[in-house]
Amino acid sequence: MKLFGIPILSLVTWLPLLGAIILIFVPKTQKEVIRLFANVWALLCFLVSLPLVFNFDKSLRGLQFIEDYEWIPLIGARYQIGIDGLSLSMVILTTLLGVIAIFSSWSAINERLKEYYIFLLMLQTGMLGTFVAVDMFLFYVFWEVMLVPMYFLIGIWGSERRLYSAIKFFLYTLVGSVLVLLAIIKLYFMFPDTVASAPGAYQVAVETIAQGNQPMLAMLANAADTAISPNGTFNIWAMQAMGSARGINGFSLIPIGLQLWLFAGFAIGFAIKVPMFPFHTWLPDAHTDAPTAGSVILAAILLKMGTYGFLRFNLPILGDACQDQRVLNIVIPLAIIGIIYGALCAMAQKDMKRLVAYSSVSHLGFAMLGMFAFNPNGINGSIMQQINHGISTGALFLLVGVLYERRHTRLISEYGGIAQKMPKYAAVFMIFTLSSIGLPMLNGFIGEFLLLRGVFEANPKWAGFGVVGIVLGAGYMLWLFQRVFFGEIENEKNQTLTDLNWREWLYFAPLLFLVFAIGIYPKPILDYIQQPTNTIVKQVKPFYFDPAKRVHWGQSPTVQQTPSPTPQVTPNPTASPTPSPSSSKEKPSSVNEATQ
Amino acid sequence: MLLQVLPSWKETLFLMPELQLTVFACFVLVLDILLPRGKKTLTAYASLLGIAFTALGLVQVYYATKATLPTLIFYQMYMIDHFSFIFKAIVLIAAAMSIAISIKYLETEKELHGDYYSLLLFATVGMMFMASSYNLLMFYVSLELMAISVYVLVGYLKYNDRSNEAALKYFLLGAFSSGIFLYGISLIYAVTGQTNLLEIAIKISLVILAADSNIGFGAHYLLALAITLIGAGLLFKVAAVPFHMWAPDAYEGAPTPVTAFMSVGVKAASYAMLARIFLVAFPALRTIKELPGWLPMLIIVAGLTMTIGNIAAMTQKNTKRMLAYSSISQAGYILLGVIASNEIGYTGLIFYILAYTLMNLGAFAVIILLRRDDIKGDRLEHLNGLVKKSPMLAVMMLVFLISLAGIPPTSGFVGKYLLFAGLIKADNEWLNGLAVLAVLNTVISFYYYAQIIKAMFIEPPSDDKPVNLNINATVTLTIATILTIFIGVYPQPFIEVSKLATKSLAPLKINQEQPPNPNPSPTPKPNDPGIDPRNDPRLFQNLSPNE
Repeated sequence: MKLFGIPILSLVTWLPLLGAIILIFVPKTQKEVIRLFANVWALLCFLVSLPLVFNFDKSLRGLQFIEDYEWIPLIGARYQIGIDGLSLSMVILTTLLGVIAIFSSWSAINERLKEYYIFLLMLQTGMLGTFVAVDMFLFYVFWEVMLVPMYFLIGIWGSERRLYSAIKFFLYTLVGSVLVLLAIIKLYFMFPDTVASAPGAYQVAVETIAQGNQPMLAMLANAADTAISPNGTFNIWAMQAMGSARGINGFSLIPIGLQLWLFAGFAIGFAIKVPMFPFHTWLPDAHTDAPTAGSVILAAILLKMGTYGFLRFNLPILGDACQDQRVLNIVIPLAIIGIIYGALCAMAQKDMKRLVAYSSVSHLGFAMLGMFAFNPNGINGSIMQQINHGISTGALFLLVGVLYERRHTRLISEYGGIAQKMPKYAAVFMIFTLSSIGLPMLNGFIGEFLLLRGVFEANPKWAGFGVVGIVLGAGYMLWLFQRVFFGEIENEKNQTLTDLNWREWLYFAPLLFLVFAIGIYPKPILDYIQQPTNTIVKQVKPFYFDPAKRVHWGQSPTVQQTPSPTPQVTPNPTASPTPSPSSSKEKPSSVNEATQ
Repeated sequence: MLLQVLPSWKETLFLMPELQLTVFACFVLVLDILLPRGKKTLTAYASLLGIAFTALGLVQVYYATKATLPTLIFYQMYMIDHFSFIFKAIVLIAAAMSIAISIKYLETEKELHGDYYSLLLFATVGMMFMASSYNLLMFYVSLELMAISVYVLVGYLKYNDRSNEAALKYFLLGAFSSGIFLYGISLIYAVTGQTNLLEIAIKISLVILAADSNIGFGAHYLLALAITLIGAGLLFKVAAVPFHMWAPDAYEGAPTPVTAFMSVGVKAASYAMLARIFLVAFPALRTIKELPGWLPMLIIVAGLTMTIGNIAAMTQKNTKRMLAYSSISQAGYILLGVIASNEIGYTGLIFYILAYTLMNLGAFAVIILLRRDDIKGDRLEHLNGLVKKSPMLAVMMLVFLISLAGIPPTSGFVGKYLLFAGLIKADNEWLNGLAVLAVLNTVISFYYYAQIIKAMFIEPPSDDKPVNLNINATVTLTIATILTIFIGVYPQPFIEVSKLATKSLAPLKINQEQPPNPNPSPTPKPNDPGIDPRNDPRLFQNLSPNE
């Protein structure tokens, strides 16, 4: 699909960068022009991304809006972009929060305006590129490019300890991403031989990913064809097919030992970004010191890149490693510690922004826990939780920013009783607080309910810990609300506070709408993410939907009866209606080790 | 009789670029005397003209020999192949850019003399010969031509104590390392009786083979000593740990354009030499039975070089010294390409040197522009608030720094990718470990590059002296910036060229696995079979197990 003669996905991705380039040529004394241009341009970027939603075929498996051009054939890298439901939800979240972030800076930023908007727009392209990239090399380029503008946003326009926080953010993320790079290189080199060793299994895995999606099937066939791509491929989905292809015994084609190493490379990189418990220390600093728009983007989008990375790379490619008991023994406790530790830390904070930042650690811990339940509810819930976290936490940062703009302090002790002076603000704050806690009818509830249901299915104990986190979450959020808004005004400076102005209403309105819309009727969004979720579950647990093994709610078992029409040489458990008992998927790793 | 001994005219024509540059170097010396005081700047433009002519000559030679590459001329002393063309192009770029950024600098330092440019051109001639040498003696002579010119250049600021100290230090250590290198050559000659790289490779495989079959005479001990000595001499030139001690002092004391030239030109040529010697002459010594070959040696050196260079750079407050340590650590990354010993690693080696030349020269050029009348410009605080004084300069420096740190979309990233990919491709646990160390080092390196970025973009200006861009520096910097980004975004043609050049390094791996076939291959190459070393019957006439 094309818009203005340009393929739409490329347009959506590169439009912000184009705006940044145009801004370079605007003289920096023209502050009003720069401000107006940046806002209009960001709105344009959002509007351009809307046709993606309306033209998206929810029933189709795999990628849509595929673009595929040659880029660096000698190392096998291609300019391949495309989106599935998961990417789409992230892309829309990015463009929406992008325009809100830029809009919220209208009066907050007054110095070095031109550079500020240039960096914000560049950042937007980096983030969108990360979500739409189908080629790992391209993915990595976007992933890294994004760091530089974010470094400047924190470093130049941040608050007190901005230099420390900026470099900490950069170095932490860089450590993770270089490890991801090594894992990508390793996958790249093993791809041709691995696929050549079991072409039939690869074909079946491709069918799981993209059945009925002709352009994508062609793309994946080309990726595996050494005549067409002699220098290998970086295609993420081809790697997923390689990783989820099951060989003769129903085991992955990648030996478990190597899988664990690759898993470590990817997981450390993404866990730093999420951030999971021991790697989270950059987050409170970066969030606290970033300008409001920076915090919003960090919370709403940058953190999602970590979870997105897990859903794109770790789960589908390294399914056996994910289910390996050694990995679960590390990941699950870390996720649970993240939930509870993040909540406890949030409770102890004196700074509002820091409190919200620690609540992110807790919420993202939920997202990780749901993901590692490996069932549709858990993963759907995890994705919903990510979207909701983007909306609610993004809004909470905006709300703190509103207060900061008026009083230039974020210390909770400086406030108290301001509901009297800012009733509308207090109401909006209450709604987002409740949404963050997970009150039914608001968006947070949907994510947490689905997620906990999935986690309960996987292991009730984990769900128990999760519930503790929710209780603690209600504790710190409501306590914050009470300390800031209720009681008498004790600080004289708070007497002059003014309520929300129309510009602030303007950017809270869409978020408020989404909070209620998702909370009351989440089906439209769940429809978009249903196919990606099912694909991931099938890749991780091939028998999950198999009626012989398990009957699941609302899932038609016929979906599974789909080996490719061509006869397969390799017997494949996904294809065979009655899998042999030896290929039971209960403890794949240990059996696989024994066979090595 | 005499005519048979002398090289043919055709062979001499292939030397045209080097000859041209030598003539221009002499011409610049003469011109310097003829010109009146105050007009000496013309010598710089004459040198640039010389480089332009040389580049033209290089292109002509390329088209003349395109069909017959690789060609060995002058009794197999001088190799013409893609590898040599690329490195000659790189050193010419480095020389031209160094000259362009020197003009203003020498005026400020009041040391405006033509012999500076003449020495620079002579050093360039030496580097071009280094890129083409195929004989250990030839290597030594070209190395000395380059080294002696650079010794003088380092001490060019006569009234500056640091410069004098740097020159003396560099000279003493450099002369010492040249001696060590020469000793290594003599040991190789003692064992093999050869100085030609390919013949050495063949002889060595025989010696090693002989040692395996109990007819040997323990020559592999001598060979291990020889490669250690040769390695020490070469690693000194590229400033790899533990032979790096001279580098920070020499780089800091030398006139900044010379520092820039040393950190790219000298390094590129030395790497060409290192790659050629280790990969062409000593592929069989990669690992030696019972003894460490050059592979473990280089793994340790590369690991130490990256780590120590980066850690030492973190504490520097002097930008010249910081960039000196940074270029030490960069030398470690480039070594990874030699260690990987596969095509992608070699491609990375050549590609990264090309990228490194542009980005490092660019970074030094920015430092040079900060040298104003009474400001030395080499302290970190001199960069403060650069974005307010000259946004263009600050953005260019940013591009160079993120490229040096290996962050996309810059040439440095693609180069590092290729180098790391080479290590992973080799699929050896030690090399995988080295790859992890290398990527973690890129993180460390960003820490000190970020200090420069922070000073430029975040700190307020510490002085109110404006930074003036002159036309030469602007052109140089613009070209370097655009190329750094362009190569990063669309590296395909540059990878292609680098890949072509790896053919000069690749066939020698075949020698390692299969001893050379005494019978010349039945299908002769299009060029003169006497020139192709593998078809030369003289090579094989005396080879027998008893030798």
